[in-house]
Amino acid sequence: MDHLPADLTRELYRHMRTARDLDTEAIALQRQGVFPAYVSVRGQEAAQVASASALDSTRDFVFPTYREMAAALAYGVEMVGYMSTHRALWHGGLYDVMASRFGAVNAVVGGPVPHAVGWAVGERLRGDDGVALAYFGDGASSEGDVHESMNFAGVFRAPVVFFCQNNQWALSVPNDRQVAGGSVAARAEGYGLPGVLVDGNDAGAVYEATAEAVARARRGGGPTVIEALTYRVEPHSTSDDPTRYRDGAETARWRERDPVTLLRRALLSAGHAAEADLAEDDARAREHAARIRDGVAAAPEPDGSDLFTHVFRETTEELSRQRRTWQEEVEL
Amino acid sequence: MTELIERDDATTEPPAAELSMQQAINRALRVLLAEDPATLVFGEDVGALGGVFRVTDGLQKEFGDQRVFDTPLAESAIMGMAVGLAMNGWRPVPELQFDGFAYPAVDQIVNQVARMNYRTRGAAPMPITLRLPSFGGIQAPEHHGESLEALFAHTPGLKVAAPSDAAEAYSLLLQSVRSDDPVVYMEPKARYWDRGPVELREPTDPIGTSRIVRHGRHATLIAWGAMVHRCLKVAELAAEDGVDLEVLDLRWLKPIDAAGLAASVSRTRRAVVVHEAPLTAGLGAEVAALVTENCFRDLAAPVQRVTGFDVPYPAGPLEPQYLPTIDRVLFAVQRTLEY
Repeated sequence: MDHLPADLTRELYRHMRTARDLDTEAIALQRQGVFPAYVSVRGQEAAQVASASALDSTRDFVFPTYREMAAALAYGVEMVGYMSTHRALWHGGLYDVMASRFGAVNAVVGGPVPHAVGWAVGERLRGDDGVALAYFGDGASSEGDVHESMNFAGVFRAPVVFFCQNNQWALSVPNDRQVAGGSVAARAEGYGLPGVLVDGNDAGAVYEATAEAVARARRGGGPTVIEALTYRVEPHSTSDDPTRYRDGAETARWRERDPVTLLRRALLSAGHAAEADLAEDDARAREHAARIRDGVAAAPEPDGSDLFTHVFRETTEELSRQRRTWQEEVEL
Repeated sequence: MTELIERDDATTEPPAAELSMQQAINRALRVLLAEDPATLVFGEDVGALGGVFRVTDGLQKEFGDQRVFDTPLAESAIMGMAVGLAMNGWRPVPELQFDGFAYPAVDQIVNQVARMNYRTRGAAPMPITLRLPSFGGIQAPEHHGESLEALFAHTPGLKVAAPSDAAEAYSLLLQSVRSDDPVVYMEPKARYWDRGPVELREPTDPIGTSRIVRHGRHATLIAWGAMVHRCLKVAELAAEDGVDLEVLDLRWLKPIDAAGLAASVSRTRRAVVVHEAPLTAGLGAEVAALVTENCFRDLAAPVQRVTGFDVPYPAGPLEPQYLPTIDRVLFAVQRTLEY
């Protein structure tokens, strides 16, 4: 932590703390029946917050999958809209994807990765210097789209950062049954890209690796693969039972390496903050998370007409007819 | 030849050029690349080679390798790249080289291209036109001849066009690429080399309209792509026996021109739909249902379907027996007239 500016590390801490609390609130909302399901990000806050904080949200663009809540928070996405996807108010979320420069929530885990390459190629064609960052997991790294994307990015030297959060469990399948060849980062070499393996629970290390990859991409140096080794300490989703497939002792060991605790200790020992400062950050994080929780719990359900509104830019006669039929049935 | 695409002088009607469909599509792409600097053409072998059917011939030379470029061989990434380009303000016109190779890209087309506008509530429109050399009739190897229209027409968020001749190919492509909705533009390979007069002017019929290519009184033949030409031949032969057939070119397979279908069939009271795809759950079923819903009282006979069989696309020697033959269409006409 010594080599990073104090205000940056404090900001990382605040975001990670807020994400942790929001995650806890989200699990509670699921237990209360407000969310039909939720996917916890606990344990991955450093990987997400530190990488997203290395981007410039005025010119870069993030392509997430579905477990990127802490990244969204750090990147400045409107979080009530973001969390609405977990309340199933709208697939993809209710935040403005283009204004946020943070792609829609996507459950086809390899699917958005080539979008990042296309966006990055488009950026270069226009002569602008934005960078695309694609988040994906160890499971997604098995998908053809991820391999095709790395190859495309290598061929086009596209300014894209492939950011794999290897949380070691693709639902019930462990890393050694998911990733052949040792690591996801090792694959980069085959596509002619730099591949970096980083401790995903070390916010400082993640920030530095991402900042370096972003800087290289921005100056025309092409894509990078970053693999942040971390751990999914909670079940895959609130519907999952990890006792059927993994050893609780392993999870307990990773809980000992909690990224929030690690960062807290590092800030104190580097003299970037005092206990009182962090206590204040903790209190603010709790309030912030509670405001988001209240906002998403109170958000109105979408209007039925939204079914039809955004299928096309220019709707069709048939769809208009179906909309009228729906309207008549609703009004009965 | 550049005078043919001169569109500034409104006082003179542009002359009709005699072009093959492949040339007409090439002309349309030139117009589109010239009029909008956001338009990009990319895919496998579309650059120096000009495409395996030469549809993109000369475009890279004229517009440069930033606007017209080759990609690695990976159909899913080609379509995924189109999504990202669209999100960055470009108007992508990707080509997938053969219809059978669209299957590896179906996830991107169906889960991503078709849904992104909806998923983002209109924030991320997908003005993508997928050019897809389609259908059979050229005795090609396996996977080089398929009929995917039902798959794409069934997918919410996609529009689907299938031109039947050079003039239609020109105007439908202008409409497809200028549209802010994603369009699957299915080029009938069997018609690439057929020439016809093409008036290089702006399309006038809206998206989603069909056209009558031959007027007749006794029955309506409904077709798209290369089958339109076949139906015209059927109509010529039938005319020798005093049977006067109308031929309707559907040309937009989504949205389908239900009103145009109804108008024609209400007049002729009989309908035969002809397509290359297998029968079961094919687009012919949709057409038959629309005609039945809208013209039930006018119909003198059930709608007949003449289609490919429910078999995997066969090898070259069997292809002529798989595709709807003139005789099979004539028999169907006879059945509907005798009903």
